[in-house]
Formats: sequence, C-alpha cells, structure tokens
Amino acid sequence: MKLALGPLLYYWPRQSVLDFYADVADSSIDSVYLGETVCSRRHELRLEDWFEVGRVLAAAGKEVVMSSQGLVESESDLKTLRRIVRQAADGQPGFRVEANDMGAVRLLTEAGVRDWVAGPTLNIFNPTTLQLMIDGGATRWAVAPEISGAALAEVRAALATPIETEVFAHGRLPLAHSARCFTARHFNLQKDTCEFRCLAINDGITLRTREGEPFLTLNGVQTQSARVHNLLGDIDDVQGRAEVLRISPQGSHTRDIIDLFRAVLDGMRSPVGALAEARALMVEAPCNGFWHGRAGVDQYVAA
Amino acid sequence: MNRIELVCPAGSLPALKTAVDHGADCVYLGFKDATNARNFSGLNFEPAQVREGIAYAHARGRKVLLALNTYPQAANWPSWTAAIDRAAESGVDAVILADPGLMAYAARTHPQLRLHLSVQGSATSYEAIEFYRERFGIQRAVLPRVLSLAQVENVIANTAVEIEVFGFGGLCVMVEGRCALSAYATGESPNCNGACSPGRHVRWEETPRGMETRLNGILIDRFANGERAGYPTLCKGRFEVNDETYYALEEPTSLNTLELLPELARIGIRAIKIEGRQRSPAYVTQVTRVWRAALDRLQAAPAAFQVTPAWMAELNKVSEGQSHTLGAYYRPWK
Repeated sequence: MKLALGPLLYYWPRQSVLDFYADVADSSIDSVYLGETVCSRRHELRLEDWFEVGRVLAAAGKEVVMSSQGLVESESDLKTLRRIVRQAADGQPGFRVEANDMGAVRLLTEAGVRDWVAGPTLNIFNPTTLQLMIDGGATRWAVAPEISGAALAEVRAALATPIETEVFAHGRLPLAHSARCFTARHFNLQKDTCEFRCLAINDGITLRTREGEPFLTLNGVQTQSARVHNLLGDIDDVQGRAEVLRISPQGSHTRDIIDLFRAVLDGMRSPVGALAEARALMVEAPCNGFWHGRAGVDQYVAA
Repeated sequence: MNRIELVCPAGSLPALKTAVDHGADCVYLGFKDATNARNFSGLNFEPAQVREGIAYAHARGRKVLLALNTYPQAANWPSWTAAIDRAAESGVDAVILADPGLMAYAARTHPQLRLHLSVQGSATSYEAIEFYRERFGIQRAVLPRVLSLAQVENVIANTAVEIEVFGFGGLCVMVEGRCALSAYATGESPNCNGACSPGRHVRWEETPRGMETRLNGILIDRFANGERAGYPTLCKGRFEVNDETYYALEEPTSLNTLELLPELARIGIRAIKIEGRQRSPAYVTQVTRVWRAALDRLQAAPAAFQVTPAWMAELNKVSEGQSHTLGAYYRPWK
C-alpha cells in the first residue's frame, strides 16, 4: 500500500505552504499531488513555484503529480492546463499529471502522454468508462469519494487489465464545485473583488445547521463536508480493493496523520486503535459512510 | 441570424402535448427509472407513452430528446444499455448522455443515433466538449450553469458542436455532475440515482419553533408562521456560518435569461433549455408560451427586441421562491 498526499485544497500563505511541503519531504509519504485545483484566482504560488516545490520533493524521493484544475472556465485556465500537460510531455520537469476534467484527458492523449492519473472529478463509475481512460493512457484511478468500496471492487473485477487504484482515505470530503465563491458571499463580497478572504482560513469555514450541527465546509468555490472522512478503521477492508490511500492536507497534524496511517500499514497499530488516536488530530468528527455505500455523513461501524 | 430551438421539459404525456401545442421545437423526457436525472415517483414515461409522445410530436414537426443522463455502475450497466436500445428503436431524435462509456456503447451499437452531451457531463470548456466529439461524435452539448456570456461565446467559437444553454427554471448553484451534496446527506445523488435531495428522505415537522424541513434527519431550514416553507433542496436551505443565519449557498430562486436572448442569439447559441420535468403541465404551458412569444419576437425583429413586463410577470408566477436570477451570466452573482 502506498500513501499519497492529495492536492492542497485550501489557500494558505506562501511561506506556510513552503514550510508544509518541506515537512512533507521529510515524511514517509510516497506520492504528493501539487497545484491549485480549487480556484484560479489564488496565486500565492504560481505554476512555476509548484514545479519548484515538486523538484524538491522529487529530490527527496517522492513521486510528484501535478493536479489539473477541477473546473475549467476561462482561456487562461486552459493555458495553465496546457502548460501542465506540456511539462509532462517534454520532460521539463516531467511530473505525472492528474486529469480532473475531460479537457485534460483530451490534451494528455493528444500529447501522447501515457502515464497519467484519472482524477476523482472525472465521473468514472463503470468499467467501460474506466477502460476508455486506460486506453487513453491512464495508469492510476483516483476514485470519486462517493463510490463505495463494493462498487469500486466491481469496476476493478470487470477490467481486462488491472489499474492502480487510489481512494480518499482522510480529510474533509470535496463534495461540490461552483462558479460562485461561498467564502466571498459570506463576507458580502463578489468573487471578482473577493479580497482573497479565504487566505489563511486553514481548514475552510464550518457551516452548521440551525441546530448548531456541523454539516458542510465553505472553501471558496468548493463545498466540503464538515466531518472528516477517515478510513483508518476500515484499512483491512480497503486493502485488496485499492493500492493507494489519499490523505488530504489539513491545517495542522497532517504529518501525524501520515505517521498514523503508516503505522497501521506497517502493523504497528491496530486500525481501531489508530482511529481512536486520530480523533485528537481531526478538525471534526469522523465519517466513512461513502465507503460503506451509505450516506457520506454516516460513521459506520460493523456490528 | 441563426434560429434558436426551444427545448421544453416533459415529465408526463400531458406535459409533452402542451409543450408541443404551445410552441416547443423539442421536448425532452426520460424513462420511468434511474436512467435519468429526474427520477421522481409519478414522473416520466413508460415505453408505450414514449411511442405515443413521439408520434404526437413528429406529427406536428417537432422533435423528442430522451435523457439518459445518469452514470451507470458495474452492477446496473445492462439496464442503461437496454435503455439506449429502447431509445434507438423508439425513433427519438437524440439521446442526452453524460457517461462516456454509455456514449461509446451508443456510438458503436446505434451509429445513426444522434448524441447530445448532458449538462451532467460537466463539460465547461471547448477542450472537454471536443473530447466527446472526437471520441463519440456528439453533435450538441448542454453547458453547465457556470460560465459567463463571454466564456460561452469563446466555447462556441472553438467547437463545431452545437451549444445549448439553460434559459429558465430551477437553478443548480453547483456544477452539474460534480455535486455529491445529496449523496453526502442521503446516500442518493443526481449522478447515480437521478435525484437530488430525494423525497423519501424529506420530513416536514410542525414544531413550536416553526415548520422544520429535514433531509435524512439533517435540518435544512425552519420557517416562521406565515413564511412559505419550500422544499428542502439542500443547497437552498438556511444555515449558520460564524453565527450568522442565511442562505449560505443559494436562495430558492429560478434562473431566467429572457433579457439575454439577443446576446445569446448573437453569440450563436443553438438551443435554449427550459428546466422542470418535475413541474406540472400548467407550468410547462405557461413557460413554453412566454418563451415561444419571445423567440418569435426576436426572430421577427432582433434589433427591436424588448422583454415585456407581462412575460416577466408570467414567468415569476411559476418561479421557485417567486424570484429570478441571471445566475452565472451576471458576474456579481458569483
């Protein structure tokens, strides 16, 4: 089993981001996804800066993957996407790419790139669609979080050739994307003049029901779960259905969470014990419903 | 100027007939199962009704489009391919699909069947649309409700695929096909089950605090006495953020782009879609009548086009929350 660090979904100050990845370089993580996938207005790190972070991580022995934008709207978004594809095609710096929309799939295929990751927003729900991606050069499938463990096993079982599979194992779930910025809306601002108010909100803004129950998280144009999807307690069930576990960066304790997953994979901790230990490291209560084919918000414990 | 097609919703045979009678160029409908994104009880078409609907529309020179725009999974794949076969045999004018695997099946098995890319396909750039054209020969794409007019114009300039946009009706605030909010709250999603915030998870409760609406137990909104209690679509509830209670994601409102018609025509939009297969035949009648009148006026005298107050009044009557918005076409909305 490999551990992967997903793309940073929040907007942190430049120095915090650089410090964060310096720490990651020193961790036991295997793969690191880099790049801005949420909002093209965010610019603390430019694409070149992300490449530089990638070079440092690669030098530390990490596999580096450049994630493409989830919602491509403008010609300038397409320009960024083309640069991400080009660096993979011409080997400068030659990082693998995670395709997060079909435009990225088209450009990667056209450029003859044969080793990319089919990202979680591609809506791959069945073997026929996954096979189309494999034929186009996909060599890893990062599964959409809403697909259950049983459903992804069925997809894999029907494939002619197996594909490395990655599941979202820890973090607030990315649930939806909009043209509207909900953080700007909260501060009564428009997106075009948002004053970058999402900067330094480390884990997004919690949205609660009128009973005070944490429900969702506002992260700019992205809406996440308030709860932390956590598969630490389900690792025995995940093994055999996936080869890569994705941990999503959070404001603090990301390194501790990586260590905890590593300890479970190495047999040093029990899954149940690790999940109990993780409670102090999470920003909110855990959930794992999606993996068990239930409402995502559920925390399911087998009877 | 190119003629814009009016594409109207039909959740039932009476809705289809009234849409045709009041000037729809196309009607779109779905089978009575999870193969389409309006899988609500009491809605949609049995195979015999599809045949009758097609006969009715074709006799009057109109088209019928069939939505098969949810994502099949490994276990239920045969039901979706069977639906494609049924659609092709029934003589529909096009099928509206979201899943690439299903498109591959349709293109291979029924090469003469016209394919439209559903809004659920989440294609927001010409690069994404061209992916579906090159691979499966799609002839039309329905754009998610996220792009500005200038961005839509840029898409049209860079693809040979016809572009259809939403003109009126319920407004998804999230990118269609990329929203798992309903799945998170209820386990059922538009992508896989064809329904958002499905009725079987809804509870209405009269309490001392007011009427409360819940989705799978989660409080979506609470209404004071005399306040009109809306359906608990989860992105249109009131929530608390930093101790402020408000419509944190979106108000209950409808999209209405009537005033943008001249611009939409100028940039080369080929079709306008009216949302609302879950709405009544009376809604379909009213909305179709207004949009037919507006499109005819535009066609006759583009330079003189003006939205009449009577049209807006008619449309506001059937809008969610009795209000309307230009959505993402209007920059401040974002």
